[in-house]
Amino acid sequence: MIVYLLRRILNYAILTGVAASLAYVLASIGLKPVAALEAKRPPVPASVIQMKLDQLGANPDDPLIERTWVWFTNLFHGDLGMTVNNHHVTDQLAVRAGVSLQLLLIGSIVGAIVGVILGIWGAVAQYKASDQVVTFVSYLIFATPTFVLAILSMIVATRFNQAIGTQLIVFSGQVSADAPPDFWGNLADRLSHLFLPTLVLILIGAASYSRYQRNAMLDVLGADYIRTARSKGLTRGRALIRHGVRVALIPMSTFFAYSFGTLIAGATLLELVFSWHGMGEQAIQSIQAQDINSVAGATLFVAVLILCSSTLSEVLYAALDPRVRR
Amino acid sequence: MSLSDIDKLTEGASGFGVDVPEDPRPVGRRKSISRSGLVWQRLKATPRFWAGAGVLAALFLFATVGPLLSPYSITDQDVMAFNAAPTAAHWFGTDTLGHDILVQTMVGLQKSLVIGFVAGPLATALAAIIGSFAGYVGGATDKVISWFIDLMLVLPTFFILILLYPFFKGNWVVMMFFLAFTGWMIMAQVVRSQTRSLRERDFVKAARYMGFNAWSVVTRHVIPNVASLLIIDATLGVGAMILSETALSFFGFGVQPPDVSLGTLLENGQAAATTRSWLFLAPAGVLVILLLAINFVGDALRDAVDPTSGVNRG
Repeated sequence: MIVYLLRRILNYAILTGVAASLAYVLASIGLKPVAALEAKRPPVPASVIQMKLDQLGANPDDPLIERTWVWFTNLFHGDLGMTVNNHHVTDQLAVRAGVSLQLLLIGSIVGAIVGVILGIWGAVAQYKASDQVVTFVSYLIFATPTFVLAILSMIVATRFNQAIGTQLIVFSGQVSADAPPDFWGNLADRLSHLFLPTLVLILIGAASYSRYQRNAMLDVLGADYIRTARSKGLTRGRALIRHGVRVALIPMSTFFAYSFGTLIAGATLLELVFSWHGMGEQAIQSIQAQDINSVAGATLFVAVLILCSSTLSEVLYAALDPRVRR
Repeated sequence: MSLSDIDKLTEGASGFGVDVPEDPRPVGRRKSISRSGLVWQRLKATPRFWAGAGVLAALFLFATVGPLLSPYSITDQDVMAFNAAPTAAHWFGTDTLGHDILVQTMVGLQKSLVIGFVAGPLATALAAIIGSFAGYVGGATDKVISWFIDLMLVLPTFFILILLYPFFKGNWVVMMFFLAFTGWMIMAQVVRSQTRSLRERDFVKAARYMGFNAWSVVTRHVIPNVASLLIIDATLGVGAMILSETALSFFGFGVQPPDVSLGTLLENGQAAATTRSWLFLAPAGVLVILLLAINFVGDALRDAVDPTSGVNRG
């Protein structure tokens, strides 16, 4: 098991490195930092441009393969190069990732819990009106792109604010510029900013988790051991919780880990709509600023997250299902 | 030998020396049914399929016939009605320049439909070719292709498509192909593993030992056996591609003016979403209905092909 896991991780590390280098090559071909520097007003002297390009490792006079190699080898020193604004890419990533995770963690965890509860309820009350309503609503949320759902929620929140006459729900940025300095006031301000994006994440998470949980639960409900548990005298509720839900959660646990990666990719769009200064915004801004190093760094970050979550889901699966272990 | 041939052979043997009725199809003997016929029968009985297909057909008419019936074109400006809320003259309202949103939505839907219905099946075709080839040939080729698929899966698709933007710069036809090139990997993995098990089946082995080359065996015996999966993937792929297109265009990295798609309309409507919400709600509503219809058809297809599939049971 350990050897298998180590081989897996090594393979993934190589994959990530190659994938990020590929993104670097793509960014180097597509983006033109020279043009961005030459377009500066007042004009920058040619020698300064050359120096700056060398510092970024983006001088088009060097062959692309050489620049990529330098970037790739620096990766092993934990150095992702400089941004066009003279920051270390790694420092910038740390700040941005913090913002993104702040947004993601609450939403994805609550969304998963709500989804699991709705899924179990739907399976137990199969074909009842409540089940039909939940199913239809989750279909509807599935069919709505993340950014559309975000803007729809903004429209509703605006109406709500107008109706009650104050700005209770704020949906631009992480914190107001004039937030009260004291701890509780600041926290309240942040929470009112956090409310809407988190709600959207919960809706998206609950919609997909509830579908999977409902199916996992339906599989379990028909199983013989539930009947056995009932016939030995357990009440329906106890049989369902002690023998049904616990088993139905096993396939879900790997799904949680796996879907975290895809959730992150979707949440980058959410950040942009709600003007949070997270990873998604950085990726878009750095492309607009022709900043090769930042783009490659952001891609690397997301790639690492995707791999971490898929490794985690494999490990969980192996841990929970002995048949997979070798 | 097809199933109907077997029917003919066994027909004469059905009477045990007793008088065989003249009717070639005795009571209790059902007409044998082909697999596609069976799938179609199940599909016919699914209300979700009819709902989805009906809405999809209506949207097709809306996008193709609609602009012809509309008194406005997408460049017409109604100087009497800037920023008008929905009225009898402009059912979906107008924007700042007096453009009729209804006709804009129809034309935008047209582009989104074309992109979805070309890129989705194209991605599936790529998945079928690459997946079955890797699974059938096996060995080092399979290892290399699988590794490449893993590599593509690691790259965040949306970032990569944005990075590819300088290569297509508003040319939506090229963008359509890029969408397909970044959306085939998961299905290719499925096809590959299916092919690996099919490869060991007797009828595939027989074809191989008869001397057919890899291409013939794959196209005649492997692809038909995964066809149902491919059809489902192509259907759901249409929705996925439309979703990618709208997201890309929404953030300014997809379809560019003067071309109109649902994504560009959503982008235009976004700024005024909270004040003049019809600018946003019209394309958003059409998009959600479209994706809902596609998902309904795709799920109904999946259930018809595999009634035990858990994904949308009940």
